[in-house]
Amino acid sequence: MAKRIDISGLSAYYSAFKAIDDISMTIEPGSVTAFIGPSGCGKSTFLRTLNRMHEVTPGGRVEGKVLLDDENLYGSGVDPVTVRRTVGMVFQRPNPFPTMSIYDNVAAGLKLNGVRRKNELDAIVEKSLTGANLWNEVKDRLNKPGSGLSGGQQQRLCIARAIAVEPQVLLMDEPCSALDPISTLAIEDLIGELKTRFTIVIVTHNMQQAARVSDRTAFFNLSAVGQPGRLIEIDDTERIFSNPSVQATEDYISGRFG
Amino acid sequence: MTTTAPPPTTPEPHRVARTVSRPGDRIFAGMARGSGILLLIVMAAIALFLTVRAVSAISKDHGNFLTTFEWTPSLNPPVFGIAVLAYGTVVSSVIAMAIAVPIAIGIALFITHYAPRRLGGPIAYVIDLLAAVPSIVYGLWGALFLVPHLRGVNLWLDDYFGWTYIFHKQDPNSAARSLFTVGILLAIMILPIITNVSREVINQVPKMHEEAALALGATRWEVIRLSVLPFARSGIISASMLGLGRALGETMAVATVLSASPVLSARILDPVGGTFSQNIVAKFGEADDFGRDALIASGLVLFLITLLVNGAARMIIQRRKEYSGANA
Repeated sequence: MAKRIDISGLSAYYSAFKAIDDISMTIEPGSVTAFIGPSGCGKSTFLRTLNRMHEVTPGGRVEGKVLLDDENLYGSGVDPVTVRRTVGMVFQRPNPFPTMSIYDNVAAGLKLNGVRRKNELDAIVEKSLTGANLWNEVKDRLNKPGSGLSGGQQQRLCIARAIAVEPQVLLMDEPCSALDPISTLAIEDLIGELKTRFTIVIVTHNMQQAARVSDRTAFFNLSAVGQPGRLIEIDDTERIFSNPSVQATEDYISGRFG
Repeated sequence: MTTTAPPPTTPEPHRVARTVSRPGDRIFAGMARGSGILLLIVMAAIALFLTVRAVSAISKDHGNFLTTFEWTPSLNPPVFGIAVLAYGTVVSSVIAMAIAVPIAIGIALFITHYAPRRLGGPIAYVIDLLAAVPSIVYGLWGALFLVPHLRGVNLWLDDYFGWTYIFHKQDPNSAARSLFTVGILLAIMILPIITNVSREVINQVPKMHEEAALALGATRWEVIRLSVLPFARSGIISASMLGLGRALGETMAVATVLSASPVLSARILDPVGGTFSQNIVAKFGEADDFGRDALIASGLVLFLITLLVNGAARMIIQRRKEYSGANA
């Protein structure tokens, strides 16, 4: 179910501007990888190239290869819609469909995949909400709008929506930056549980969070404003936070810049 | 995303000061208040004027004001009613809406989601141009171009859909000066307003809702169905109601095209019928004082219908409020 991601020579552009330059890395299946780095270093852009969301932005363009268990996501004839059904995504701001009930939010992706039978939907919705640690809080109001939940609950609803379609990879773009500490903790616990089923990649500005939830950490940086972001190093999280091999990483982690 | 600002280190020293009333503030507040009050006065004056004149006319009506077909207030005793007018107004507007709303939503979606940017701008501009055409010009175009050219369309409709009775044409050789033609003309006239307002609303759908659908593996149409249309729904309803308001009240274009007669026919291709504003503009010139009062009474009914339509639209929007994007 969880798949390995092999990225080689990946650059992404916004029209003429090169946002990230020549990134290569391997992400192991069933692991949590955190992307850290200062704002504007391209880590979110990089994340969005992994499910072909980058090209949705006008002028967005990608060069290089992303292999998901040997299948190139950017190969000719690969439908980005299919890619996004195998690589799920959770965004910075919780974005449940405001006009839909909690139930319909979770079922939305399933319905896109052609699941129509009521009892099948019921089962997956319950399983997904349980998987997102939200079932007990919402099981009595599944038909209420998702936008009525608290921010942290909405974000877990979004996670439930993403995992309902059983993706192989789950991308999370600063999933806790709009949440309070308690909700953040709930999401972090959840990430720990989900990594047995999915390969998880998380962008975060919170270095303690990266240290808490991830197995591997990648540090991104840019040499100057207007320059493309680069991958400085990727290593086991423990090592990045104790004894990184590049000075810039240590400077960033110890708060000397950024 | 937001970081809490540190509390100010040196608090402002407290000064006991009375609120100074500055002339700028006073003048502006006065103007704002004055405008508000003026609006109320104007509205009340119009309502009072309409009601007083209308009541005096209706009380002398020897027919039933609501069910009489003829409009003959100059007879002795006067007989006039709004049945044909109300029917014609509503039917022509409904035809216009049925044609214009789907097309307008289609154009708005095309401009915002399908057309390349180079194309979207010019199309939006052309739609704006449609709104700039004076209604009498539409009327002339309708009478001189649309009416002769719709003849064939009418025959075709009569041939194939005549069995529905609605599309049956009593006299196949009569000119296409019917409520159906008026509806088509009105549809073209209300297309710009519905398109433009819908486009604005659709543009306001937050990117993050569209991305939510995209990230689930939605196709472009599915993105529109899942995030765009639900979010924009109440706005599109409002846009349609603005268009409907214009269609209900449109005068010159209807008066130029429609061959008016006091006949109420369910066959929308027959060149008969009338609308409120068409009737007013056609009869006002030759009407005596009483005839004018009678016309004002019909104007009051049009006013009430428009009010009712707006109220219904508000109710539709209100009922879905819990689910609307506004509280996202």
